[in-house]
Amino acid sequence: MEYEAVIGLEVHVQIKTESKMFSRVMAGYGEEPNTLTDPVVLGLPGTLPVMNKKAIDQIIKTGLMLGCRIAPVCKWDRKNYFYPDNPKNYQISQYDQPICIAGQVEIELPGATRNLMGEHKWVELTRIHLEEDVGKLNHFEADSLVDYNRAGTPLMEIVTEPVMHSGAEAFAYLTALRQIMVQGGISDCDMEKGQLRCDANISVRPVGETTLGIKVELKNLNSITGVKNGIDYEIKRQIQALKENEAPLIQETRRWNAEGNFTSPMRTKEMAHDYRYFPDPDLMPIRVDSEWLESLGAELPELPFDKQRRYFEAYNLPYTITSVLVPDRPLCDYFEAAVREYDKPQAIANWITNDLLRELSANGLSLKDCRIAPAHVAQLVKLVDGGVISSNIAKEVFIHMFASGDSPEEIVEKKGLKQSSDTGELSAFCAEVIEGNPRSVADFKQGKENAINFLKGQVMKRTRGKANPNVVDQLLRKELEKL
Amino acid sequence: MNVPLHYQTAAGLSRKLAENEVSSEELVRAVIERTRTVDADVGAFLSWNEEDALAQARASDKRREEGKTLGPLDGIPVGIKDILAVKGQPLTCASKMLENFVSPYDATCIEKLKNGGAVLWGRLNMDEFAMGSSTENSSFKTTSNPWDTTRIPGGSSGGSAACVAAGEAVLSLGSDTGGSVRQPAALCGVVGMKPTYGLVSRYGLVAFASSLDQIGPVAHTVEDAALLLRQIAGHDVRDSTSYKTEVPDYPVEMRNRKGPWKLGVPREYFGEGLDPEVERAVQSAIDFYRNEGCEIVDVSLPHTDYAVATYYIIATAEASSNLARYDGVRYTHRSSATKDAIDLYFQSRAEGFGQEVKRRIILGTYVLSSGYYDAYYLRAQKVRTLIRNDFMKAYETVDALITPTSPSPAFKKGEKTADPLAMYLSDIYTIGANLAGLPGISVPCGFSRNKLPIGLQVIGKPFAEADLFAIAARFEEAHGYAKMHPVLPGNASAVDHPV
Repeated sequence: MEYEAVIGLEVHVQIKTESKMFSRVMAGYGEEPNTLTDPVVLGLPGTLPVMNKKAIDQIIKTGLMLGCRIAPVCKWDRKNYFYPDNPKNYQISQYDQPICIAGQVEIELPGATRNLMGEHKWVELTRIHLEEDVGKLNHFEADSLVDYNRAGTPLMEIVTEPVMHSGAEAFAYLTALRQIMVQGGISDCDMEKGQLRCDANISVRPVGETTLGIKVELKNLNSITGVKNGIDYEIKRQIQALKENEAPLIQETRRWNAEGNFTSPMRTKEMAHDYRYFPDPDLMPIRVDSEWLESLGAELPELPFDKQRRYFEAYNLPYTITSVLVPDRPLCDYFEAAVREYDKPQAIANWITNDLLRELSANGLSLKDCRIAPAHVAQLVKLVDGGVISSNIAKEVFIHMFASGDSPEEIVEKKGLKQSSDTGELSAFCAEVIEGNPRSVADFKQGKENAINFLKGQVMKRTRGKANPNVVDQLLRKELEKL
Repeated sequence: MNVPLHYQTAAGLSRKLAENEVSSEELVRAVIERTRTVDADVGAFLSWNEEDALAQARASDKRREEGKTLGPLDGIPVGIKDILAVKGQPLTCASKMLENFVSPYDATCIEKLKNGGAVLWGRLNMDEFAMGSSTENSSFKTTSNPWDTTRIPGGSSGGSAACVAAGEAVLSLGSDTGGSVRQPAALCGVVGMKPTYGLVSRYGLVAFASSLDQIGPVAHTVEDAALLLRQIAGHDVRDSTSYKTEVPDYPVEMRNRKGPWKLGVPREYFGEGLDPEVERAVQSAIDFYRNEGCEIVDVSLPHTDYAVATYYIIATAEASSNLARYDGVRYTHRSSATKDAIDLYFQSRAEGFGQEVKRRIILGTYVLSSGYYDAYYLRAQKVRTLIRNDFMKAYETVDALITPTSPSPAFKKGEKTADPLAMYLSDIYTIGANLAGLPGISVPCGFSRNKLPIGLQVIGKPFAEADLFAIAARFEEAHGYAKMHPVLPGNASAVDHPV
């Protein structure tokens, strides 16, 4: 019997805002414990929540980017449960009227090889809603301490339909989602800082079956790779359990252990939660009108895969190049700025993805520290195209550009690197080289094409690399023909 | 007749302060002295700080000297129900759960009082977390009705009403969720009102039932109540349920409205359960208005019978959630004998909350729980809409409604504590205004045979407080009740007027 897995993901994304969801206090990470708090965050007696409009803007933008329907009216509900990281012992969330409904995320699976683009699929979403984050519990030997710095941070909960079938698809989904969030300025999605958290719902069923099997909720997935590995492990475990007819699968919550590479049941004292949801009487409903939608819609960036398609069509860039550019929006902006100066996208893209990234990495710098202006890259390509310098010299010029921030023209001028196409001078060198290397000449005459490269190299040496290699090639062949 | 300082009106005292006939320090000393004398019997206060009050008074006098008076309430002592946050002062809500809690911030209404130079005086007793109609649910002490100290003052703002009635403050603030300002005001023979929901910011009011709570003034006269309301009303960004509206100059507006008015008498408020003496006093008041040229219209609020049940479902549901934060983790009473986190919650809440609070939390949790939400909470919210519709329909033909405030005068201590339901029914006439979000005022309109005050309630249209004040003031100025004060044991002054 063949089994297939059915996976749904619940992802929490912290929205990047100055202040918290319902209080003016600053949102942040890494501060001294219990300093990003105020009476509202701590749930002191008599305090009341006030909505952060920027957070609502951000979730609407997210919904628009992901093709969701934005609810014209939605409300807040209290999710009631006791836990020390929950200051009011209720969390303000959205229950039955979420702000975003449906939607989908385009994902790209890995190709057959690294250079080939994999299959594109769509992962349908059920909903996206807004809520406030809770604090963080730190457990020690004798006691546990709570830090409320995180409490009240705006949080989006994105729920997918159960439409994924493997750890790889989950990995692709999270990668795609993260790119959209980061490039859209919605969140930095740093999993180590808790800005993106993921729980998976996993079940298996015989292939061809349409009803869902017993569902396991998997938690403690702390990295995107962890999500993939945890899901893959769990799928295997469930299938094995069914095949071997061991203890039947039960609906439970399990914990992924990344070091040990296994899942285990979570020891929970809580019974099934009845959250006793009811509309929060301290907050007004939200009405999103077409004006609001339009103003936010105008701010949306291009989606990564739309950009990828545009780069294929408009610039004819290969996947090996786009796979480097597209995930990095500032790099794409840089690339497009250069192309605006000189319409040679492939050449410019090569310089960026090879040389620029190499230099940045070697020097431990990021793009914003880069001294090379996009226009300079364009200029460099132009110089090579115009035969002013050879492509080898260009590589040297690039290093200087990176170090100094000077334009390529300035550098070529200063260092006298102009390519020589002076046939007189070059002919003389060619004659010299032919005379001094009879064996290579003989090899060439006997049909060894490659022998000419040695001769070319000798000429280039004499010109300290500045000769135009095409011209040298022509001259050598002309001379050799005479022999 | 020389009325002692502690029984004079805020309006009158304001003029005297302005004319330097009296200083704030003298006034506050008089109030302190009065409190020291009578509070052993009245028990309106949970705590007070004389040095702090005198410092505020001296600051007021200094401002006056420099010509920098902040307004008509500058220098006037206002008692504060122990449910309103005042920075640096206890905020116990009469509960063991908050026995040692000191508020680090000011409620908006307190900020507004401070901006007006008012002298904040003491922390007033109440039913624990505002749950009750007699102040007998306070975890710390009982408050007595100043007119008969064997009886209750009403609740939950029993301390607020008793303190003004006994002359222990010139004004006070209470909170009203189901009648908790109006009913004790009626039972103590003073004026108490609840504004339209949303008029006064709830930021800093410890929440009991978020969709019903409002802060309200208690005073000797309607004009004084109007003065105090003007100071605390207004939109507040910190309260998302606060309404964006201009605050009228109530004391001026009420004088501009001369009537006559069309007054509705809801027949459902005059049936079974109403004490005949209360009924007589209220009918007499209705006759007074009729003689003043007002048209008295018989109206019906057909869903009145469902009001108490609707209230006790919605209020307890919201309360069960609002009180969840009191858990022993951060700032409340924390039980010492606990094994783990769950136990910490169980024990701290078991020890910290009183019986009535527990009863309502359990009830509220039940009506929100899975399987019961639709039948109870959701249904109650729908009935609430019907109740509001009843009022709004009546207001198509009348300007305001006249009713009794409380079905009976003050009952004896312990009389209703055995039967919570009987206690709940004390709210029967006040609850409708909370459910519908409407303003209501109680003004003294008579006494029972055993000299217990009886209150007349006027319920108005949304944001029509100026009309309410005008209608109530018309009755008040034609009768002498505002000048009547209880005789209290240990009282040296011969000026108190026995009835």
